[in-house]
Amino acid sequence: MIIRVTLPAHLRKLARVDGEVKLDVEGPATQCSILDALEARYPMLRGTIRDQVTQRRRSFVRFFACGEDLSHERPDAPLPSAVATGAEPFMIVGAIAGG
Amino acid sequence: MSGVRALVGTRKGAFVLTSDAKREQWDISGPHFAGWEIYHLKGSPADPNRLYASQSSGWFGQIIQRSDDGGKTWHQPGTPAGEPMTTPEGFLKGESNRFVYDTSPVTGKPLTTHQWYDGTPHPWQFKRVWHLEPSLNDPDTVYAGVEDAALFRSTDGGTSWHEISGLRGHGSGDKWAPGAGGMCLHTILLDPSNPNRIFIAISAAGAFRTDDGGKTWRPINRGLHSLYIPNPTAEVGHCVHRIAMHRSRPDVLFMQKHWDVMRSDDAGESWHEISGDLPTDFGFVIDVHAHEPNTIYVVPIKSDSEHFPPDGKLRVYRSRTGGNDWEALTKGLPQDNCYVNVLRDAMAVDSLDKCGVYFGTTGGQVYASADEGNSWVPIVRDLPAVVSVEVQTLS
Repeated sequence: MIIRVTLPAHLRKLARVDGEVKLDVEGPATQCSILDALEARYPMLRGTIRDQVTQRRRSFVRFFACGEDLSHERPDAPLPSAVATGAEPFMIVGAIAGG
Repeated sequence: MSGVRALVGTRKGAFVLTSDAKREQWDISGPHFAGWEIYHLKGSPADPNRLYASQSSGWFGQIIQRSDDGGKTWHQPGTPAGEPMTTPEGFLKGESNRFVYDTSPVTGKPLTTHQWYDGTPHPWQFKRVWHLEPSLNDPDTVYAGVEDAALFRSTDGGTSWHEISGLRGHGSGDKWAPGAGGMCLHTILLDPSNPNRIFIAISAAGAFRTDDGGKTWRPINRGLHSLYIPNPTAEVGHCVHRIAMHRSRPDVLFMQKHWDVMRSDDAGESWHEISGDLPTDFGFVIDVHAHEPNTIYVVPIKSDSEHFPPDGKLRVYRSRTGGNDWEALTKGLPQDNCYVNVLRDAMAVDSLDKCGVYFGTTGGQVYASADEGNSWVPIVRDLPAVVSVEVQTLS
């Protein structure tokens, strides 16, 4: 299935992409499966969204989809079907924290 | 034709400043990695076109960038897209931003805590790379000093990093504590006469030395006196801000400590104070003239809470006697209402004749002197706050 992912500007620049990223994700659409596919396509993003060792989301990074904050959902929890079908993007967002 | 390349790290990006040997006209390239904190950039002495940069962000963590063409283009060394992320044996391949502490009882010691500001145990957590020190003779070998304090080394051009764990595990690590800027390993000096000897410094732990290429380490802080710690002459706990050496005389070290300017004539075995007639002996930077091993430079800062020059006058002080006797260098520097700071990695020298001296400020100015400090001009005035300045002399 093709999943749409939006990245914050700094990560788009690191990955050298414009606009949304479209990923072919195998299996159920979860945070974990999307990030696995994202990091495989763009290895320069490893460690920038989740810790490379613990695999925990970095604290100033948030996940949203379909108007919901999914940051605190389990990494292996199924995402909304609209994300799985590509109708809605999975949004990776830098927390608003000044600077 | 010879020239100079200055590598400037700022709070919001990196800048590359280049000039011919006259050092009068400067070309300014940047910002590279705009919006990211660039704690340090440094070029390889063995290949001046090989540059390394530490790029970090509170949001997205640590990135290592590398240039193989003198800063024109950059890339993140690591596994290219489409290649497997693991080795055939199933181990994660190295990634350029993967800094993992070695807690193996075999290769290191499973050290898990240092002291927090209040003296309580605190877990070791990687935050960023403060300083990159390329090998003197191999462009693919580079050392990284990180926060929380540890020393890492890459031997594949920054692709993978491995902790030199004997430092954290040598025995005093659980007594190290952070300084105001964090618990950072900020100084790495490679002895040009002895490839097995490395000096490092940590805020706030002190100075350390290895004589066997990093396997074993010991503190070298005898003679330091720090009134802000419970035992002012403790073996560790001193907030060393910077150490400098001249390559022709690697046993002579100069140190800007939190307070006090210090000197060692025996590779750190003992230190004595050389603050002499400085207006204040607090500061961050210290450096040595490229051709005169006894000529040193500092920028006195008023105090540990008032991080600006005394009396609003930005003055570099130079000693031509290896300390104690200092002269203020003011020509071309602001002498009214100047309240910038000069951070620990933000001074460098070139090796042209005459020696050039450079420093950057938190106000975004990079000042250069093409005459050993006698006079100064701003190369650039309005960068983001400058964190680091390194200089390459190009031939």
